[in-house]
Amino acid sequence: MKSIILRKRSITKAACMKWALNNAIYIVLAALIIVITLVDSSFLSFKNFWFIITQASTRIILALGVAGIIVLGGADLSIGRMIGLAGVISASLLQSLENPNIIFPGLDLPVLIPVLLVILVCGVFSLVSGIVVAKMHVTAFIATLGMQLILYGVASTYFEKIGNASPIGGLKTSFTRFAQGGIDLGFFTLPYLILYVILVVAIMWFIWNKMALGRNMFAIGTNVEAAQVSGVNISRTIILIYIIAGLLYGFAGALEVGRTGSATNNLGNGYELDAIAACVVGGVSLMGGVGSIVGIVTGVIIFQVINYGLVYISVSPYMLYIIKGAIVILAVAIDAQKYVQKK
Amino acid sequence: METNGCLLEAKKISKSFPGVKALDEVDFSLQCGSVHALIGENGAGKSTLMKCLFGIYREDSGQFLINGASVSFQTPKQAIQSGISMVHQELNQVSTLRVMDNIWLGRFPKKYIAIDEKVMIAKTKEIFDDLEIRVDPEAKIANLSVSECQMVEIAKAASQGAKIIVMDEPTSSLSEKEVDHLFRVIGKLKEKQCGIIYISHKLDEILRIADEVTIMRDGKHIATQPVSALTIDKMITMMVGRQLTQRFPKKTNVVGKPLLEVDHLKLQYEPLVEDVSFSLHAGEILGIAGLEGSKRTEIVEGLFGVRKVSAGKVLLHGRACKNKTPRNSISNGFALLTEERKFNGIFSGLNIENNIIIANLPKYRKVGVLKHKAINKDTSWVVDRLQVKTPSTKTLIRNLSGGNQQKVIFGRWLLTQPQIFLLDEPTRGIDVGAKYEIYQLILELANEGKGVIMISSEMPELLGVADRIMVMSNGRIAGFVDTKKTSQEEILQLAAKFV
Repeated sequence: MKSIILRKRSITKAACMKWALNNAIYIVLAALIIVITLVDSSFLSFKNFWFIITQASTRIILALGVAGIIVLGGADLSIGRMIGLAGVISASLLQSLENPNIIFPGLDLPVLIPVLLVILVCGVFSLVSGIVVAKMHVTAFIATLGMQLILYGVASTYFEKIGNASPIGGLKTSFTRFAQGGIDLGFFTLPYLILYVILVVAIMWFIWNKMALGRNMFAIGTNVEAAQVSGVNISRTIILIYIIAGLLYGFAGALEVGRTGSATNNLGNGYELDAIAACVVGGVSLMGGVGSIVGIVTGVIIFQVINYGLVYISVSPYMLYIIKGAIVILAVAIDAQKYVQKK
Repeated sequence: METNGCLLEAKKISKSFPGVKALDEVDFSLQCGSVHALIGENGAGKSTLMKCLFGIYREDSGQFLINGASVSFQTPKQAIQSGISMVHQELNQVSTLRVMDNIWLGRFPKKYIAIDEKVMIAKTKEIFDDLEIRVDPEAKIANLSVSECQMVEIAKAASQGAKIIVMDEPTSSLSEKEVDHLFRVIGKLKEKQCGIIYISHKLDEILRIADEVTIMRDGKHIATQPVSALTIDKMITMMVGRQLTQRFPKKTNVVGKPLLEVDHLKLQYEPLVEDVSFSLHAGEILGIAGLEGSKRTEIVEGLFGVRKVSAGKVLLHGRACKNKTPRNSISNGFALLTEERKFNGIFSGLNIENNIIIANLPKYRKVGVLKHKAINKDTSWVVDRLQVKTPSTKTLIRNLSGGNQQKVIFGRWLLTQPQIFLLDEPTRGIDVGAKYEIYQLILELANEGKGVIMISSEMPELLGVADRIMVMSNGRIAGFVDTKKTSQEEILQLAAKFV
């Protein structure tokens, strides 16, 4: 009892610092919103809020995929090319029948089939990455760097041979509605994208917090040896986490095409950096073993607030790069402070 | 209750490492419901024996029997499945997870596809209540004290149905109250017919808790006796019981004027070392003795600027000397031969030449370009002077034996021409012949008027080479002894002073 009272009383400078370090992302988010609002008070509106969330949606799905791999102590550089492959395949299979340049004339599939197909394709490619990492002991960095090239090659070949190397557009309305539509609630329309994100977040939260798979993932990321000695199946866990990541990339890829209306082999280029950066800003440690779903979602939203909000107050897009770069470095530096061994 | 049966038997276990016979036909047996203490000096082979049992090392010959059946484990996991658990000195836990996650890791209770938290909490509480352990099952491991982490490990062992529990120095960082609690838990485990192998340097505790004691020395089984037949003095005599033979060169060094004075040195960060005061004279070899974990390495690392010093003074030739970084230290005439040769001594992927010149590069640089003639000359000098056995100076250092690697590192420091040599376990992992050469070299350095500080866990070596010995105990100086007048018994008693 006594010690609890004593602990409460001692709100020291060090304790404040620690609190600030642990909650840095929320402080940054609040600061960003305050600054933007001070410059232009019209920023704080319901419309803008939904806009940011909607824009962030596919990125949240991607970030949730790669986050598991980062918690294991790795990273995934193949995300962008996964999107590209999922994009060209799903677009080619879901063109409008009235499109004069249709690749597969007369092919009329329900939206769900190509979407599930690309989810599966990305899952299989990611499974391969997972096997390479878990069984062949290649670092995630190299395994996914190689996989990125392979995916780009596959997507480009498909794009050239099947799609005649021109952007695959003229999509079915059912497909664009799948990504851009929403449920009309009278006073406003709830975008389907938001529903998908809520579903993915819920599933991932369940896996991370309620399933043995999630617990094993954190155990491996923190202390592989302890996990091994405790009888955790290390390679099975790693491979499953990669598969889940791949499934999410495939889903996000299909949504991205539906959202933008067309696909080329370059769709998604560079998305991996945004996704990894958002995770890091959201408190997922690159050292492995640390991260939370809420943090990741917040991390993505911070990036979206920067993207949208700073453009809203007319900051130059080139300036945005500088700010984003600085924030990523700062986030990792703050994270590193927690682990530096003082001698 | 007389159900005592033999739980574990080790028969004539032998294990050699290159140049060292770590275990020499060691016998050991553990009875149901009893505590069997395993004692011996550092390097006596206790840990090696346990590692062989646990499948971390493979024994060269001999046999382990559990309940009469022969076993040989390839991995620790197999050992755990066969009912053996080890509570490590360095606990192997997942710090980011909760207490109960750690206990049930690898075998979570499940409800459909999710982890059944309710069952997990209930089962954890049941085990804790059973063993009278008071730790919150939902607390994070990172927020627990060492003693609490240890209790969690013991509970985990019990939950795995372990019948044989190895405790390696379990009380080394516990308070007296925590030790009492640990002993109560051990009592509970005994009631459950578990057998406990208890490794410790704390002989008074062994008299309290153990039923039987096995004494090991130099990889050999010396004696196994019931605790009732033993006293602390008897145990020490059997642990030490060795004659000093001609294993050391003749001492010819003359101790001169004071060279280095260390005054109330204190380190800033964990592990804390405080109030270190001593002096080192020119031509003197000062030994530092102490048990593992007595923080001897931290002192020399503090002196060399590897660790941050928060208070105290260091005087070199009577003048204040601040070694803020190893670079400062080198230019102030210090040299540090590190304890873990593979980890922070050698550059295993570089050749002998690069390993020799690495601490002295500025000397061989002309407008940024290395002077190969001078390098070749000095490298050859080191190889000749120290009689490094190697086909060429371009050979990768990892292809040399431990003794020759150590000579190369000595050579590295001879070239920086230091006045003070800080040697941390200079003969660890080196065969007997090479040890003699290292001793000779240390004495030659002293003869040249250098000051030498030598940390060693081998007491005969300190007694044979050093002039004075500073004995550390639990991060504090327990006393200084004159090697001519002291005995291993006195040093061992000092080393246990504050533990």
